[in-house]
Amino acid sequence: MKILPLFQILVAAAIAAPVPITAPPASPAPPARAKLSVVATTPDLASLAREIGGDAVDVKALAKPTEDPHFVDAKPSHIVTLNRADVLIDGGAELELGWLPALLESARNDKIAAGSPGRISASAGVQMMEVPSTFDRAKGDVHSLGNPHFLVDPVRVKLVIAQITEHLSLVDPQSAPMFAANRKKFEAALDLKLAEWQKLLAPYKGAKIATYHKDFVYLAERFGLNIVEELEPKPGIAPSPAHLAKVIGTMKSNNVKVILVQPFQNRKTAETVARQTDATVLDMPEQPGATKNTDSYIAMMDNLVGTLAKALGGAK
Amino acid sequence: MRPNHLVATIVAAAVLTSTSVGAQQASDTTARRQQRALDSLATALRTLQARMDSLEHARASASTAAAPVRTSGAYMNVSFVGLTDFGWSSTPDVESLQKGDHDPKVRGFSHRNAELSLDGAVDPYFKGVTNIVYKLDNNGETSVELEEMFVLTTALPANLQLKVGQFFAEFGRQNPQHPHSWGFADQPLVLNRMFGPDGLRSQGVRLSWLLPTDFYTEASLAVLNSSGGAASSFRSEESGLIHGGAALDRQVKDLGDMLYVPRVATSFELNDTQTLVLGASGAFGPNNSGVNTSTKIYGGDLYWKWKSTHADQGFPFVSVQSEYIFRHYDAAKRPAVEDLEAPRPPGTAVPQLAAQTLKDDGAYAQILWGIQPRIVAGFRGEFAHADKSTFVSADRADRTRWSPNLTWYPTEFSKFRVQYNFDHRTGIGEDHSLWFQFEFLLGAHAAHKF
Repeated sequence: MKILPLFQILVAAAIAAPVPITAPPASPAPPARAKLSVVATTPDLASLAREIGGDAVDVKALAKPTEDPHFVDAKPSHIVTLNRADVLIDGGAELELGWLPALLESARNDKIAAGSPGRISASAGVQMMEVPSTFDRAKGDVHSLGNPHFLVDPVRVKLVIAQITEHLSLVDPQSAPMFAANRKKFEAALDLKLAEWQKLLAPYKGAKIATYHKDFVYLAERFGLNIVEELEPKPGIAPSPAHLAKVIGTMKSNNVKVILVQPFQNRKTAETVARQTDATVLDMPEQPGATKNTDSYIAMMDNLVGTLAKALGGAK
Repeated sequence: MRPNHLVATIVAAAVLTSTSVGAQQASDTTARRQQRALDSLATALRTLQARMDSLEHARASASTAAAPVRTSGAYMNVSFVGLTDFGWSSTPDVESLQKGDHDPKVRGFSHRNAELSLDGAVDPYFKGVTNIVYKLDNNGETSVELEEMFVLTTALPANLQLKVGQFFAEFGRQNPQHPHSWGFADQPLVLNRMFGPDGLRSQGVRLSWLLPTDFYTEASLAVLNSSGGAASSFRSEESGLIHGGAALDRQVKDLGDMLYVPRVATSFELNDTQTLVLGASGAFGPNNSGVNTSTKIYGGDLYWKWKSTHADQGFPFVSVQSEYIFRHYDAAKRPAVEDLEAPRPPGTAVPQLAAQTLKDDGAYAQILWGIQPRIVAGFRGEFAHADKSTFVSADRADRTRWSPNLTWYPTEFSKFRVQYNFDHRTGIGEDHSLWFQFEFLLGAHAAHKF
């Protein structure tokens, strides 16, 4: 039996090799502690984790800022990243349903299993909008736990950073005071910014806007904007000519002058509608890093609010 | 409205209080004092009213966002995939052309994969998965197959993972995949040739190890039963199709009579948009052409994918997938089945086929181009070949096939595909087939592996 020695070697190697990696540090107070490896599914969550974790964490995002977060490839390199992670932050509410479970199955890391201190589901505890009362896919890709694009609401983000702080502190109690201080600092910065953003958008309360996907409902709610139409007839369903004709009609009769699109969405379709309605297509990336000077959450929101205020101001 | 009652009560209390205050004071500053008290009360009331309004508002929005009661799926994902094939082939004997069990089987309509999948966390230590497949045969009769049923560990130390049960062996890329994830309407020829209509699938255990390297490397070894129709190169009752002799009823004597399937796969990010996965697999076990004979199968596979940094619903992308597999089948000295059945002069011995190693190989390469959201164009070229210096059964005749196709996914829950196959079979000739496929998915949509 030639196979059996091979099998034994495999098992022996498996048992022997990871020992130096998983062994606890010998001294109780190591001078330079390894940073916590925090993995976030999307760049917005990664940015929040950096704000709270500071120097104690090393943060990686799985999705690219410019790609559709519903459809990320479950690449083998992500398996390795998740295998080494101390903490995983996902958006939850089924945003990553199409790819994260396959990665987690292969990552074999129970530190980030659901229910562990190392697992943060950002949507837990956040009041979700558009939670369906019935589950019916005839209505399109409606997530059963509600609309998952909630991070463009700075107030809901406060709940998310509270969770991040709590979990990071459980995983790394030594750094807990630092996490708490960072949270306080970031919250203060966010409050200041929120007041600024509210002031910027205050003149446009009730302004009618159109979006490509249902990904700005939380922003609209926070700043009192009125989303009149989505170019997608139903979430995740490509725009049909008949639906676009209806959108154009509604936009004209409501005098809607802006269409919000994210970098991965079909800009051509949006431009066609914009031409016929004399509207402007606004690039509104919801992920930090998708465009220049939007590397942090606050910079990204600055960009969103600034772009919107400028366009709505010009449209008046 | 409760808040309104409250407001009314407070207003009344305020008025009463101010009145009583007024009654106790007799100086000329009374009026001013009363005015001041009233002013401050009015301010307090306004604040209170504002707080109540916001509470009322919050309560209203909370009630619309209340979590619904989940009717099912709380502890288990349930999904069902239904596949309909229809089309035409230039040969009426479609089954001789389409060897995969989930391939279109007749001119007209075939329903060869109605798959009920159940999966979920068993407890903190195991994940359970099962796939039950219903198929209609050419007469519309239903057959049921427990395709897969296994548990997977979730919390073994040292990056190890065990899979125990019945499952598709992790040999190459396509063998472990279900038809839902295939890029084409049928199984590649080389998989038919090496693993039979159902792919390489058996009962056993698989241990996998994720190596502590910076790039993805996973090594696994499965130890499986070597018998049955889904282990067709090994102890299968159908093995006569390969070696032309009668299949022996060969029993398991020791661990050497099990089927061993090792695999190693590795992956690299070539840059921000390109990923490469390379794999090597083997399958080693006894065959039943004789009492001591064995089969060795080796395979190499490659998968490369480019996906735009600005992918919308995962599009556009281009992927290339290819597998090369070869097999050494040690056939014992054996009487040919057709000679056994043929009439012969009394007293003459049955002619024997010489002991020999039957060598086969084959490959496929396919390219998929996700042109724009939900539209994929594909092209596949493939061959299967047998070494002519040895005995060649009809099932091992040389074949090539070229297949362009186009798939439209209205959503990720439905699929419409059209595929043309140009077939060439040595000794038989050319065939043309046009197949349409429609697939729907109900319930949970399992996440796609890369």
